[in-house]
Amino acid sequence: MSTSPSGPGPAPQAPGREPVGSRPEKRRAARDHATTTMTGLAAKVVLLGLVAGIAIWAAFPLVEAEKWVGLALLAATTAGLFYLYLTRRHVPAKYLVPGTLFLVAFQVFPVLYTASTAFTNFGDGHRGSKQDAIVAIQTASVKQVPGSAEYALTVATKGDPATGPLVFLVTDPATGTVSVGDADGLRRLGPDEVTVAPGGKVTAADGFTVLNFGQASARSQEITELVVPTAGGALRSSGLSRAYEGTAVRAYDAGCDCIRDSETGRTWAADESTGSFVAADGERLAQGWKVGVGLRNFTRVLTDENISGPFLGTLIWNFAFAIGSTGGTFILGTLVALALHSPRMRGTNLYRVLLILPYAMPSFAMLLIWRDMFNTDFGLINNLFGLSVNWFGQEWSARAAVLLVQLWLGYPYMFLVATGALQAIPRELTEASSVDGASPWQSFRSVTMPLLLIALSPLLISSFAYNFNNFNAIYLTTEGGPFPADNPTNGATDLLITYTYRLAFGGQGAEFGFAAAISLFIFTIVAVVSAVSFRRTRKQEEVYA
Amino acid sequence: MTALTGSPVTDAGSPPVGRRPAPRGNRWFARVGWRHLVAVLAVLFSLFPIAFVLSAALNPLGTLSSTELVPTEGVSFGNVSELFARTEFARWFVNSLLIAGLASLASIALSALAAYAFSRMRFRGRRVGLLSLLLIQMFPQFLAIVAIFLIFTTVTDLWPAIGFNTPWGLFLLYMGGALGVNTWLMKGFFDTLPRELDESATMDGATHAQIFFRIMLPLVAPILAVTGLLAFIGTINEFLMANVFLTDTDSKTLAVGMYGLLQGDERNNNFGIFAVATLLTAIPTVLVFQFLQRYIVSGLTAGAVKG
Repeated sequence: MSTSPSGPGPAPQAPGREPVGSRPEKRRAARDHATTTMTGLAAKVVLLGLVAGIAIWAAFPLVEAEKWVGLALLAATTAGLFYLYLTRRHVPAKYLVPGTLFLVAFQVFPVLYTASTAFTNFGDGHRGSKQDAIVAIQTASVKQVPGSAEYALTVATKGDPATGPLVFLVTDPATGTVSVGDADGLRRLGPDEVTVAPGGKVTAADGFTVLNFGQASARSQEITELVVPTAGGALRSSGLSRAYEGTAVRAYDAGCDCIRDSETGRTWAADESTGSFVAADGERLAQGWKVGVGLRNFTRVLTDENISGPFLGTLIWNFAFAIGSTGGTFILGTLVALALHSPRMRGTNLYRVLLILPYAMPSFAMLLIWRDMFNTDFGLINNLFGLSVNWFGQEWSARAAVLLVQLWLGYPYMFLVATGALQAIPRELTEASSVDGASPWQSFRSVTMPLLLIALSPLLISSFAYNFNNFNAIYLTTEGGPFPADNPTNGATDLLITYTYRLAFGGQGAEFGFAAAISLFIFTIVAVVSAVSFRRTRKQEEVYA
Repeated sequence: MTALTGSPVTDAGSPPVGRRPAPRGNRWFARVGWRHLVAVLAVLFSLFPIAFVLSAALNPLGTLSSTELVPTEGVSFGNVSELFARTEFARWFVNSLLIAGLASLASIALSALAAYAFSRMRFRGRRVGLLSLLLIQMFPQFLAIVAIFLIFTTVTDLWPAIGFNTPWGLFLLYMGGALGVNTWLMKGFFDTLPRELDESATMDGATHAQIFFRIMLPLVAPILAVTGLLAFIGTINEFLMANVFLTDTDSKTLAVGMYGLLQGDERNNNFGIFAVATLLTAIPTVLVFQFLQRYIVSGLTAGAVKG
């Protein structure tokens, strides 16, 4: 996207074409003071007041949490907004800033953040810093040893008893003080905040809901897994009403930069390049930390045979899916639009209303309905035609099925758009060609079709880009399947995007870094394809005009 | 001027005398009949899944396995009452309407403002801005969901009112995508309005804001309608972000809530109420569509023609 010297950029703009630029603005400034309308002024006051109100509302929690950077950001943004809308300069910015603020906060920033993780090993087991990993290893290795202190335990939560995050309320048998503990550590509660039954068990605490026995035993797995780090080791539950403070068997040794197991004497040395602790025999501890891995995520796509083989197949199918979806809907939509585009045709309005009904149906629900229509045992398709095909069980039938669903969902839109474009083509053109002796087919091929393509090509490109990443179309129907027996991560109808989703959030351990690398691949592919085709449509000059 | 030298007799209005008797029906077919054939086939293709949904909604058993294309076992409205009794459908419906309505209105407003600036003003960074809008769209936004999740975890801690499980948080998130394609579509439409309009208004002393609100906005109503409709449909159907964002039953949108109906063991049994929910979900879209209909075709076309 280089700047062509002849392009109609900002610099070579003829002064006459400048509509509401800054120069006339200054000349008019004096007079504008007089003509500023009351409604305009009122709107300005109200909106800026709203901005100030929101800023003040947002500032309190920031101050309370001592997030000074966030507060500075907030103050700067608010001040910037006030300056922008009170000055008479920077007119374009007045129109661009509202949308841009949201764009930067909720799209550009997350995207850049994601892109930056492509160069790290961020994922399950590699989430935090090295210090976090050491704490996690130490607390996970806590064992009850002779002489461990025992506490009376009450399980409570701040939220719903069935789903809320769990905390431990523990009573020190020696002093009788009650503390509350979660994965972040232990905090002492005042005696007036809690009610303690004889025997040390807490029966009520301010701000917490105590789980009864039934509720607690339903979540016993979570309770067993909850480890509260303390100064000497960590607190763990032993049953539902006792907790012990155990000592960590594994500890970090700064001297050798390794983890040492005090029972077995084994050591795991820190490996800064992979962000994990590795023993001499290659055994790796599950808890690692996040490190930069350079381009390794990218080269892995090409060099790891388990990934590169299926990846190429997925890429090809992804192109086929996007082209098939776009092309299929375009052809069918145009055909129907052409059929209805005739002065002799009656009932076009009725046809139109019926044809675009699929467009009005909620697509997520219809995708799920289609999935069930392809059901092997009692799906409509098999029932209607007396078949017993396992549509989503075989590669090619599954692919054909998702393309058919796409056709159904997408062609009403193409039909609408093609109808509009056909109506915009002057009738004189086709009439002239038929006077010249062209057959209807000839005049369609050499007059109507090229004009239609010129009009619709930007839409076709964006439809391609959309379908290239059409997550719902696959995830809500085949979920990427059928999967080959030897590779449960990459199915026959998987698009790159569903494949990436499975990598990032799938069952077998999240690999955010690798997933981010693949999303950069996807981004590059779509951007290049779109850029090239936009260039080829020769509409660019007009688009930039 | 070469038109007269062609073979004028065969094609044009007056048919040749010699061949009249035989193909009368054929000629009708060649001119109009095939159009009806194509249209009828297309309508059948369009309608049969909808007929299936309708049949499932009226099916008294309410299961997938007992649903046929045409209801054979009688008709009942039991699924409707069951839907409202067993699920929080009404709540989901209100949530979805609220979020989709607000988000589409706000996103029209934001992108109309930006499109006006891009179309009518010349400033540094204009070309770069337009291109980057296009590029950002091409990054699969939901892959940023990890980052979004982390951001909103902090937000939920600080301001629970706009955090997870609130419509406002989701609304803010959707606003991030408000610029982008819409801005391009609208800019194309703004470009088609003659510049003389705002130039003469400037001469008459109108401010840029007056030109935008009083002159431009009424003229671009068709494209506002279209982008509004597209945004509405897009938001109603948005599943992925909402699924991460809304986990409380009360705060779910239609897409998230209804997806849950067809999960797990209840998939076969819930099919009837799911079908009812699908039909009810289509109502707002159809209404918006009908309401904006006179603008739709012209708006879509203009957007299409200009990119």
